[in-house]
Amino acid sequence: MTDTPLFHYTLRLADNALVLGHRLSEWVGHAAVIEEDLAFGNMGLDLIGQARALYTYAGEVEGKGRDEDALAYLRDANDYRNILLVEQPNGDFAVTMVRQLLYAAFAYPYFEALTRSKDATLAAIAAKAAKEMAYHLRHSAEWVIRMGDGTDESHARAQGALEDLWPYVGEMFEVDRIERALIEAGVAVDPTSVRGTWDKTIDDVLAEATLTRPQDGYMQSGGRVGRHSEHLGYILAELQFLQRAYPGATW
Amino acid sequence: MVAHDIIAANAAERERAWVAAASVADPEIPVLSVADLGVLRSVEIDDNGAVEATITPTYSGCPAMNMIAVEIEVALEKAGFKSPKVTTVLSPAWTTDWMTEEGKAKLKAYGIAPPEKKAGRRALFGEEHVTCPHCGSIDTVVISEFGSTACKSLWRCKACAEPFDYFKCI
Repeated sequence: MTDTPLFHYTLRLADNALVLGHRLSEWVGHAAVIEEDLAFGNMGLDLIGQARALYTYAGEVEGKGRDEDALAYLRDANDYRNILLVEQPNGDFAVTMVRQLLYAAFAYPYFEALTRSKDATLAAIAAKAAKEMAYHLRHSAEWVIRMGDGTDESHARAQGALEDLWPYVGEMFEVDRIERALIEAGVAVDPTSVRGTWDKTIDDVLAEATLTRPQDGYMQSGGRVGRHSEHLGYILAELQFLQRAYPGATW
Repeated sequence: MVAHDIIAANAAERERAWVAAASVADPEIPVLSVADLGVLRSVEIDDNGAVEATITPTYSGCPAMNMIAVEIEVALEKAGFKSPKVTTVLSPAWTTDWMTEEGKAKLKAYGIAPPEKKAGRRALFGEEHVTCPHCGSIDTVVISEFGSTACKSLWRCKACAEPFDYFKCI
């Protein structure tokens, strides 16, 4: 096997997990309270663990001898296939938590559906990931409710975060030619099949949080084909520094 | 040896390999063995005498997995098995339901509240009542949903006022 749709699909899932995991890791040592410092560290670890399993599998599918490290450390931004949402800057606590909610509310039902994939490896990775994303969803939903239904300041910040990030939610539900064939083969999940679940989760949380769901308008797109915001380059500059400066270093 | 003796000998060897692998402690919760935890899934010996232990991670990113794999290899080598192999499998996904009753008792004695009931959607979404491992009260409250390791959360007992770790149900 080589440069197949399955390779690209697996890489997209892996890149989403790695980039969001890296973003959460940026909070470690900086969160306002120790509990949330731990939470970000743990959630980041879950995501990076998912990414490792997915990269390893993508490398096997590709069959060119690339392992998880080669795929994570030795690709430039335009070879990354993550959605734009996950590379958006952490901003304040509200931005990070709203971003986590928007992603986890999608990833949880998506991975649950992927456990029924005809691809046994993807199904196995999804079974673990679904449980982890359920926990992330619960945690981020509680915080968004607390902020939205909190002080005027926290409400304003949560609402602002929601509006800033909303143009990035559309990309989660896009299906292109690469995925269409895999969906028809029962390997990939059609993201539009979890749209209803996502809408309901988000609406329920926002209602309890006294936040207003933004209008769907122009949606940003392009991450899944390698067109990224400027932010990804800065992420990779940090994430890949060691392998760029000392190629092949191990310890 | 006649056939049934060979089979019996193989079974004894396999049992010996299992005991060796199962002696490895979880690096983060040393009171539990990898067998108590349900992380050690199987130990097999093939016709050439090669041993393969199969493990499964608790969480995708559990940083203890590499260390557990190395320690199982070392334990098997010490028991006289040559070039043991440790394979990680993801399916079926680990669940706290696999933790042995003995493991749960050890956790409680160590001061960590064991997972209380069958894992499932309700447990994942927080419909939990956790018993204090110190005094046995159910008047407890979560302090932090994430603890010192991926598999634990932090709680406090309102009866005896002691904080404690809870092994999350997944």
